[in-house]
Amino acid sequence: MENKNIISKGKVTAIVGNLVEVETKGALIQNGICFFQHDGKEIMGEVIKTSGQTAYVQVFETTRGFKVGLDVHFIDSMLEVTMGPGMLTRNYDGLQNDLDKIDGIFLEAGSRSYPLENDSVWHFKPLAKVGDLVTAADWLGQVPEYHIQHKIMVPFKLEGEYEISWLADEGEYQLSDTIARLKDNNGREHEVSMSFTWPVKKAFRGYREKLRPGKLFETGVRVIDTLNPIMEGGTGFIPGPFGSGKTVLQHALAKQAAADVVIVAACGERANEVVEIFSEFPHLDDPHTGGKLAERTIIIANTSNMPVAAREASVYTAMTLAEYFRSQGLRTLLLADSTSRWAQALREMSNRMEELPGPDAFPMDLSAIIANYYSRAGYTLLPNGRSGSITFIGTVSPAGGNLLEPVTEATKKVARCFFALSQNRADSKRYPAIDPNDSYSKYVEYDEFIAFAKREISADWIENIEFVKYFLIQGNEIREQINILGDDGVPVNYHETFWKSELIDFAILQQDAFDAVDCNSPLKRQKYMLEKVIGLVRKEFSFSDFDEVRDFFKRIINLFKQMNYAEFKSQQFKDYEAQLEEYINQNVTVS
Amino acid sequence: MRAKAFQKIYCRLNNITKATCTLDATGVGYEEMAYVQGRTAQVVKIAGKSVTLQVFEGTEGLQNDAEVIFTGRAPWLPLSAHMAGRFFDAFGAPIDGLPAVEGREYPIGGPSVNPVRRKQPSEFIATGIAGIDLNNSLVSGQKIPFFADPDQPYNQVLALIALRAKVDKIILGGMGLTRDDYLFFKNTFEKGYGQSKIIGFINTTDKSPIEMLLIPDMALAAAEYYAVEKNEKVLVLLTDMTQYANALSIVSNRMDQIPSKDSMPGSLYSDLAKIYEKAVQFPDGGNITILAVTTLSGGDITHAIPDNTGYITEGQLFLRRSSDVNKVIVDPFRSLSRLKQLVIGKVTRKDHPQVMNSAIRLYADAANSKTKMENGFELSDYDRRVLQFAEEYSRNILAIDVNLEVEEMLEETWRIMSKYLSRDEVGIKQEFVDKYWVES
Repeated sequence: MENKNIISKGKVTAIVGNLVEVETKGALIQNGICFFQHDGKEIMGEVIKTSGQTAYVQVFETTRGFKVGLDVHFIDSMLEVTMGPGMLTRNYDGLQNDLDKIDGIFLEAGSRSYPLENDSVWHFKPLAKVGDLVTAADWLGQVPEYHIQHKIMVPFKLEGEYEISWLADEGEYQLSDTIARLKDNNGREHEVSMSFTWPVKKAFRGYREKLRPGKLFETGVRVIDTLNPIMEGGTGFIPGPFGSGKTVLQHALAKQAAADVVIVAACGERANEVVEIFSEFPHLDDPHTGGKLAERTIIIANTSNMPVAAREASVYTAMTLAEYFRSQGLRTLLLADSTSRWAQALREMSNRMEELPGPDAFPMDLSAIIANYYSRAGYTLLPNGRSGSITFIGTVSPAGGNLLEPVTEATKKVARCFFALSQNRADSKRYPAIDPNDSYSKYVEYDEFIAFAKREISADWIENIEFVKYFLIQGNEIREQINILGDDGVPVNYHETFWKSELIDFAILQQDAFDAVDCNSPLKRQKYMLEKVIGLVRKEFSFSDFDEVRDFFKRIINLFKQMNYAEFKSQQFKDYEAQLEEYINQNVTVS
Repeated sequence: MRAKAFQKIYCRLNNITKATCTLDATGVGYEEMAYVQGRTAQVVKIAGKSVTLQVFEGTEGLQNDAEVIFTGRAPWLPLSAHMAGRFFDAFGAPIDGLPAVEGREYPIGGPSVNPVRRKQPSEFIATGIAGIDLNNSLVSGQKIPFFADPDQPYNQVLALIALRAKVDKIILGGMGLTRDDYLFFKNTFEKGYGQSKIIGFINTTDKSPIEMLLIPDMALAAAEYYAVEKNEKVLVLLTDMTQYANALSIVSNRMDQIPSKDSMPGSLYSDLAKIYEKAVQFPDGGNITILAVTTLSGGDITHAIPDNTGYITEGQLFLRRSSDVNKVIVDPFRSLSRLKQLVIGKVTRKDHPQVMNSAIRLYADAANSKTKMENGFELSDYDRRVLQFAEEYSRNILAIDVNLEVEEMLEETWRIMSKYLSRDEVGIKQEFVDKYWVES
């Protein structure tokens, strides 16, 4: 938003909440940006509807004190973000203002700050050469930034093919220095620096093609990786009533997932949750690079008390940054907490515009908006033949915990993984509360993943997952029977099946997100533990009564839990394992 | 908020509804305060010349030639160190018979804190109630409501916590309080603290319900004053937020807005978040903790008010009468403090998280055993033992009249677990079991 070209001026005629009507004689752009000249400050807004010469503007900040007749300047661009090296570790608001650069404790109206440092110096190394023909997002060079080689690309906005007429030599350059000149078909030269802008609401399509995801995206969370795996470039969502552990799960993903760059969009949620990331991530180690977690993370914080209109912008800002990193061939994880708050922001606006409401007073096009947004994620083949991905996981906060509300329903149609958080599991402190029977991953049916699992994990991985899932369903059915008929009302071998399913629950599904060891379970360890549990489940025992079954499995479960708390293959781990083997062998009849 | 220098007087109302009135006026700012025939009002809509005012004291008896004076400014509150021990109405005028407070005037409902300037809450606020300290620890800078049915003693519990909590100021925002409850709070605090800590902003049921829309902003403006300017630890009590939300829905209804779930305005989430998010730990040591009450109707937490609240606040506390021991307890299943992880096992003893979880798991097992018993099934030995555990746990730990230090709560829980269960059955990390198990 540095160079503003004012295309027209207008005056305020009406105000309700953050919806302001502006009369202008000049040109108007749908979704164009404008600035209210209020009290010596510039307050930003976005045109969301035009009718004749009246613009309906949603204002990104408070409209307190606005008066009829206030001057408004419309500029020639939509809401844009500025991208380049130096974004990692930063904390932005929904409009990409760098929050750390804004003075004072409170966010006063009209405070804005530039998202990058124009005078920051980077070590540029060319990757292309003079004479090369390039298009948008082609790599011109790279600069090191923490653990990644940040690619300097042909600006996304440049359409068509260009010839590199000059390229800077390897060396130190400021962000705003010209590092290349590109000649278009008409022989006109364009100067390119290390940063450029892109309108957030437009999906960037500068890739060769989008492929079906099939490569497991490791999260370290057993119930996801083992039972409901998500892929690189996959989409998933986490609906759940409040208190079921959505945020803890999202934080676990942000900490552990095997991503090069993690973008967290805190959209209309609690400020203290973002503070947790601000204060912890700079000190926590990234399990994959050895650097600090903050170094691979960008936070877009538009918490629930921050202006509602910017909430909608925040999810688009986050997605655009993710597209930027994907174009660099990086595995990008985008987390949005929560997409329901974004939908509510749309509802508030639609309501003020007096549009006819859809279900639950949400706008009619809600599901189209959500589908369109999810479609921006994906695994892409870049123009240069490399690949990059945006794995997107959003949370949904269904009103009243009812999954039949519009946001959940619209999301379910487009997201491929469904991690349903269950109130019952949360109440009995079985965390993460992902319900094993309701949740699913469509990717287990993908040929691409089946081939991947056979090749990279083990030949019987898919069968093992199916076996465990089936067993959990059986266990659940027996639990209900026992509840109705009583312990005595079912045969002892029913109890055995039930307790075996409890073992799967306690040893595989449950995981202590607050334990330094158990919080993150690498795939190798997950495979080892899954096979160990399955081995036990497949054994047959002969118990005389159900008390014996319970006592036996309580002991087993306890040993498995101790194993989960111990470093993988440490002496302690092996000791518990030995105890476990010994105890099983004493009781087993047929193996 | 008394009238000050003003510019122009209007005396022609075009339209009067139960909560609002409309007139033609120019040069009016959005959210500006005004007086309509002496009643406090605020600009809620401007369309060309037509200005809609929300009249806080109600519009009964307004004449269509009422005198309207605009103040030229957003709502404000004079704040000074002399407020301690005082009670005010929704407009900041004293209701305790003493003279008004002079002080610098601060706008209420001001901007939000830059999230990067917030500090992570880390101070444990002990209340002596195990259902809170042990299972759902309260942390400074947290916001947490009681979800309670109207017949439950939530105001008493709120007062009890306020009396025990070690904070510098307590600010009570009373919305739709009966006069009896207002006097209960006033008397309780006077007995406990004299004039030093308590400040009240009270809207009682004999006033217009629309007035209460100002209460949270008033209480929190005062809280910000003490937390930012004096670096004090401030505990804000808001009771009852359900009444507040109902008042919001009245106004939005009068303004012809399309209601969303349960006739609530579509902006309910943002409206409530603006209030609750004022809870904060400031970098210089001051903090604001909000303890609120959201009354439920028949325990229904899926209603839009508790539902939206639950998504905003950092947990929720449920009160329940335990039939086993006939005492009010903080329900261990449904209650949750999201910030407890920041203090338990860190500020408190290391075994705290595991002891807490296993006791609750055992308590849940007991609930299952109880269902079995009620359905006439034979109980196993384990069933009987967890039932005994649960009874003693309710009586010695959960009941809100028990007043213990956290360490005592942990010791007592270990004692009860050791008494009825085996080491394997508690499922706690070996090192803690070795250290704290009580051999009989």
